[in-house]
Amino acid sequence: MIEGGARSVSGGGSWLDREHTVAKPGFSRWLVPPAALCVHLCIGQVYAFSVFNLPMTRLIGITESAPDDWKLTELGWIFSIAIVFLGLAAAFTGTWLDRVGPRKAMFAAALCFGGGFFISALGVYLHQLWLVYVGYGVLGGCGLGIGYISPVKTLITWFPDRPGMATGMAIMGFGGGALIASPLSVWLMQQFATPTHVGVVETFITLGIVYMFFMMVGAAIVRVPAADWAPKGYVAPTQSQKLITTANVHVDEALKTRQFYLLWGVLCLNVTAGIGVLGQASAMSQEMFPGHITAIAASGFVGLLSIFNMFGRFFWASTSDYIGRRNTYMIFFVLGMVLYAAVPWTGKSGSVALFVLFYCIIISMYGGGFATIPAYLKDVFGTRYVGAIHGRLLTAWSAAGVLGPVLVNYIREYQISQGVAKADAYSVTMYIMAGLLFIGFLLNYLMTPVHERHHMTLEEAKA
Amino acid sequence: MAKTRDPEDVSDANRLKLVLAWSFVGIPLFWGVYKTLANAMLLFQ
Repeated sequence: MIEGGARSVSGGGSWLDREHTVAKPGFSRWLVPPAALCVHLCIGQVYAFSVFNLPMTRLIGITESAPDDWKLTELGWIFSIAIVFLGLAAAFTGTWLDRVGPRKAMFAAALCFGGGFFISALGVYLHQLWLVYVGYGVLGGCGLGIGYISPVKTLITWFPDRPGMATGMAIMGFGGGALIASPLSVWLMQQFATPTHVGVVETFITLGIVYMFFMMVGAAIVRVPAADWAPKGYVAPTQSQKLITTANVHVDEALKTRQFYLLWGVLCLNVTAGIGVLGQASAMSQEMFPGHITAIAASGFVGLLSIFNMFGRFFWASTSDYIGRRNTYMIFFVLGMVLYAAVPWTGKSGSVALFVLFYCIIISMYGGGFATIPAYLKDVFGTRYVGAIHGRLLTAWSAAGVLGPVLVNYIREYQISQGVAKADAYSVTMYIMAGLLFIGFLLNYLMTPVHERHHMTLEEAKA
Repeated sequence: MAKTRDPEDVSDANRLKLVLAWSFVGIPLFWGVYKTLANAMLLFQ
């Protein structure tokens, strides 16, 4: 029977405390991935937030924008603020999370993310955009950051034999969250809309309740293993092998290592290349294949990319358990370079099928980069502070979130202003992305084990 | 490291909880993938 050690609070302390989440004998570790998915499937909604943009430009005008309605450019800041606070929260709460355990962190994430929707609903109701910025952007963004890193260390501890697969499952949920949120949000707005009302307020409240409940279920299910626990048949390595260490590096010490910045660059460049084209996928497909890919077909193409983004997270992270993290990233960079360089050729040859195939593989590796990095960090820095180190590394995501779209948009605009045809305007971008991946390849190639002077002593590790 | 438990030997009650937990996340995810795939089919029409 699954013991609910956390149900009892008679021993003092809170139901949320780490000591109340220690699993009792007989607990199945396979309950932990769904707990993590409860959180990641919810916070993955952020990728689908754009479905609210157009309705929120018609809150007053209803059928079309009125002069006092919010502008798309103003609404675009909601997503940007949320992503910035995702990075900040992940970076600054990682150490706290390691101390208090996953349940309290998931609980806090649920309150922040759900609460963000409620404040945003109030903002829409009162037509005060700053409340939406504060609600979904700041509070919701903190929920995103805390929720994103909350199950990582727990999963790695439960699955020391398959850390890539375990974190891949959770981070796959982040990719899958948008697949649920997008049709769900559209359906809810349709249900709540009236001739005088677009239904955003009620949709935000409903989503806030649903997401808060879903994430709370995850917090209730999650457990941490007992200190002396190990999976059946698993023998922990006693000596470090190549890049896989048996030691632990403190989160503050990790920032003093070359390896942290190499991995920061590896993640940043992999994400930059992917995120740059992901945001432009619809327009790019239509402009590279005018007359062949319509606007409706392009939306189908974007949907297909979302699915490959999601499953790539699980596939590549799981594969990394067998071929190693470094080799997995080598594949991302080498195969990515070849595919990015070949994309312009698919446009010139008119092969829609190859274009779609190449893009699907590229985006699977974009997702795979996110999902493989926690296990890579665990290999290099040990398990003890992997959650906190992962949180700080996610600032690379924030940087890439700015760098990628800026590179693609700026280069495209420059090309068109120089008289290059729209269909050819992406070629240079693709070659530059391939160049970025080459730099990523070099950084990954330079990865070496962390020097022993950075390792925690046995006494420090036990403390 | 000492191994103290066998987490893979699950009872019927555990199995039920596993089914419930995975269904709780799996059904919405399946629905989302289905809706997205249905939309993606527009690419091939």
